[in-house]
Amino acid sequence: MNEAINTLTRGFIKENPVTKMLLGLCPVLAVTTTAVNGLGMGLATTFVLIGSNVVISMTSKMIPDTVRIPSFVLIIATFVTIVDMLIKAFSPELNQSLGIFIPLIVVNCMILGRAEAFASRSGVWYSLLDGIGMGIGFTLALLALASIREVLGSGTIFNMPLIGENGTPMLVFALPPGAFAGLGAIIALMNALEKKRGVN
Amino acid sequence: MAEYLLVIVSAVFVNNVVFARFLGICPYLGVSKKIDTALGMGFAVTFVMTLATAITYVLYYGVLVPFNIQFMQTVMYILVIASLVQLVEIVLKKVSKSLYSALGIYLPLITTNCAILGVALIAIQDKYSLVMSVVFAFFSAIGFILAIVIFAGIREKLEDADIPAPFKNVPIGLISAAILSLAFMGFSGLVK
Repeated sequence: MNEAINTLTRGFIKENPVTKMLLGLCPVLAVTTTAVNGLGMGLATTFVLIGSNVVISMTSKMIPDTVRIPSFVLIIATFVTIVDMLIKAFSPELNQSLGIFIPLIVVNCMILGRAEAFASRSGVWYSLLDGIGMGIGFTLALLALASIREVLGSGTIFNMPLIGENGTPMLVFALPPGAFAGLGAIIALMNALEKKRGVN
Repeated sequence: MAEYLLVIVSAVFVNNVVFARFLGICPYLGVSKKIDTALGMGFAVTFVMTLATAITYVLYYGVLVPFNIQFMQTVMYILVIASLVQLVEIVLKKVSKSLYSALGIYLPLITTNCAILGVALIAIQDKYSLVMSVVFAFFSAIGFILAIVIFAGIREKLEDADIPAPFKNVPIGLISAAILSLAFMGFSGLVK
């Protein structure tokens, strides 16, 4: 039971795919202009991760080693196509703002990384937990960066205004430099916190 | 001609793949410790990106559109790119040993480089012609080389700098990238 909890929770902070392992940074930087976009992207990626982890853990014994990577990519691409169609059907606005980063979930190295490092050599149950945990960790990182950028760059959070009409938001945070600097600051903060906890 | 010039300036400077479109961040951060390796990765990306965009373009309008199965785009593109990378590797090994040893180690990494898939998708999305797509892909790759080589130069200098411990390596890299992308935003008025 302890191992199950550990598999689920280690992705949240301790082995967070974004701040700790630096995987899948392109969507993290690109879509985090607003908290809604960040959350949407996080959930879409989580869905693909859970689906591919489960299917790959079930089928990895049948797949010959030499065609392992192409097969994994194909399984991931199938789930990405499903997500793409679902988002197009149910939320055209989200589809508009996430743009090509929905099909690009295929090449999110976090998903292939988990397939290769975990799902292909673990049982279905643990792979499911790993997918959920890593997905939540990824979503948390996206949401953190997106909230910072939306509050500072647009003066809103989840589209609700925070500053009065006379306030001017720091536009640079809504633009690309804000994404790089914001993520750099978050990772530095995580490093500092970890070091402090290690000393005590 | 003016149209082509516009696409070229836009692909290299204004909508730079790394700084404006956020594509290919993993190799951008991963293989930019030295200028030599950054150049090697850049050439490998140029090669595969131009080829992949041309091939996926032909397959999109030659196969997917006539059969009305555009929803298979993602699956087909990633398969084309993965097999193309393998093919390029095999051909290079046979044809040019020196080029193979220069690009060899970067080729497998390219399959999961989102810039390749991203540029191929943008070429379709923006409804470019075939020639325009190839020009766009080639100069997007030049933009990638520009970004990664400048960044590698900065990182070589950063190695000797006295940086606060939590900021070492990636965080300071990201913050340098922020300042670089701020500089690249100066180009944004060039092309509407």
